[in-house]
Amino acid sequence: MKTLIFLLEKEFHQIFRNAIILRMIILMPVIQLIVLPLAADFEIKDIKLVVVDQDRSSYARDLINKITSSGYFKLVDCIISTEQGLEYIESDEADVVLEVPPRFERDLIRERQQEVYLYINAINGTKANVGGAYLSQVIHDFNGEIRAEWRPLPSQRSSPKIEIVSNNWFNPLLNYRVFMVPGILVLLVTMIGSFMTALNIVKEKEVGTIEQINVTPIKRHHFVLGKLIPFWVIGMFVFSIGLLIVARFLYGIVPVGNLLLLYGYLALYLVAILGVGLLVSTYSQTQQQSMSLVFFIMMIFILMSGLFSSLESMPPWAQVMARVNPVTYFIEVMRMVVMKGSEFKHISSHFLVMIGFALLSNFWAVFNYRKTN
Amino acid sequence: MKHVTLEGISKSYDSTKAVDEVHFNVEQGELFGLIGPDGAGKTTLFRILTTLILPDAGRAFVNGHHVVKDYKKIRKEVGYMPGKFSLYQDLTVEENLSFFASIFNTTIRENYELVKDIYVQIEPFKDRRAGKLSGGMKQKLALCCALIHRPVVLFLDEPTTGVDAVSRREFWEMLKSLKKQGITILVSTPYMDEADLCEKIALIQSGNIMTVDTPERIVSDFPDPVYAVQSDNMSRLLRELRGSDQVKSANAFGEFHHITFSGGTESMDRFLKGLREPMLIKSISPTIEDCFIHLMAAHD
Repeated sequence: MKTLIFLLEKEFHQIFRNAIILRMIILMPVIQLIVLPLAADFEIKDIKLVVVDQDRSSYARDLINKITSSGYFKLVDCIISTEQGLEYIESDEADVVLEVPPRFERDLIRERQQEVYLYINAINGTKANVGGAYLSQVIHDFNGEIRAEWRPLPSQRSSPKIEIVSNNWFNPLLNYRVFMVPGILVLLVTMIGSFMTALNIVKEKEVGTIEQINVTPIKRHHFVLGKLIPFWVIGMFVFSIGLLIVARFLYGIVPVGNLLLLYGYLALYLVAILGVGLLVSTYSQTQQQSMSLVFFIMMIFILMSGLFSSLESMPPWAQVMARVNPVTYFIEVMRMVVMKGSEFKHISSHFLVMIGFALLSNFWAVFNYRKTN
Repeated sequence: MKHVTLEGISKSYDSTKAVDEVHFNVEQGELFGLIGPDGAGKTTLFRILTTLILPDAGRAFVNGHHVVKDYKKIRKEVGYMPGKFSLYQDLTVEENLSFFASIFNTTIRENYELVKDIYVQIEPFKDRRAGKLSGGMKQKLALCCALIHRPVVLFLDEPTTGVDAVSRREFWEMLKSLKKQGITILVSTPYMDEADLCEKIALIQSGNIMTVDTPERIVSDFPDPVYAVQSDNMSRLLRELRGSDQVKSANAFGEFHHITFSGGTESMDRFLKGLREPMLIKSISPTIEDCFIHLMAAHD
């Protein structure tokens, strides 16, 4: 026990003496939380629209007015030839081209139906998706309006119509940041936990100090604990800055659920993720190796965690991968507790899974550490 | 009493034999030198004795403890100074020393007497980070840290490699005074001229111990009289010496070539008669390096 205290004392001495690490600990959460949520905003605005109007009728004009007044579209040009419209897409000056065919109004009145064409630039999949959907929605509304216009008044009752009124629970205004900030907090503690642990232990190997330590009566578990505890504390600290200061005062996010529950899960999660760092350190001899290895693992963990893209829309094999990824579970827990106010009984399975991860990573690491010595 | 015993210790890395059936003993309180060139297996032996790696075969004991079975006891009783500076560069001199004292459950004050002579030299810099010390200072700090728990056996792996001549001499002085405190010291070095500073030496080459004895006895065991020769063109002279049947061995030693003759004084006379240019020749007593080269040739 006394040995552990001396080791911790030494470790904190070294950490606080390292100006870069110290700045990282304070500034990283603040800067990442300020920058990332702003950048990771998936709301699509300013979709560049080119209209090919070959009809030039009042209906066509009404439709175009309706589209541009929705606020999502920016009218780049209004032209006559389809080829020219496609050139706009090729030169990436347009995201969507709407073609109103000739005799649009006449056929619409005469034949009671008409088609418009949409050309969507799908290089940016999200933008194409969302832009196309918005545009279809607007055209659909427009359709409804002209139908109402033509219909003789009394018959209005005779055509039943279901109107959908939606209410967004847990995030009524669909504020993207409320959703992203908890996730980014997870990303933060994950990076700090894994990178710092792996680098710190491998540094002892690389510099050779582990050689000197190994000839002393320090026990292996003391050494490992001496390495894990400081970063566990730092992870807690960074998370607190992020949640209690930046998220609260900058984004106004106050967790709906129990803070203690959140911290309990964080404490467990940190053990699992520090274990990953420890595991990497047992496989690498130099800081460069460990850096590359952690980077590789963390890229996959983070991209497949459901932070940026919804898990449900991933292909089945990717969903399986996301399920063997501790980051996924913590992001879910964060969002459940912070946004929804979930209680322990709702996330008890998450706790069980994380206990599994923590045991796996740490035992694997200790096993491997023993083998190499 | 034997403080360190090696019985048939072997260790291979992949297919390379690093040390091959090494036997030797070190008596209590002895200053024992392990002398051999880079790659001879010195560090491997030290790492086995300090329980950092396991031998493939053989047994070794340090202060009566088996290096594999009783490694925990050994770690409490030995001091080890690796060849590469292995202290925390970002901690100060004092922090390093007190850290190593504390993990051995002691304090600087408790064993100050032992390290005093060395520590006073670096004490003015005790608040400086270890990484910012000069080479000689680092060496002294490392020695202090290896000594602070009053080890029974001290292992010093190439402590004088890369250290200037003055610091080297100082370092050997420190070892002598430590010896007086009754600590058994094993020191490895690639410098043959340091052999005379040890009480007993083992000459090691390619993982084999060639001989273990006092430096004096190793020198006196040298079979032939040795001569130092010198001329205006040393490289031509060396070629000529090596080409002659009368010369048994000829090796370059700085300003002189050291030679031995195959047939005693007769061959010397014969060789000198056949000389084409003037040459200075004098009789010398062999150095450890002569012995090393001789033993190396005999081993091959």
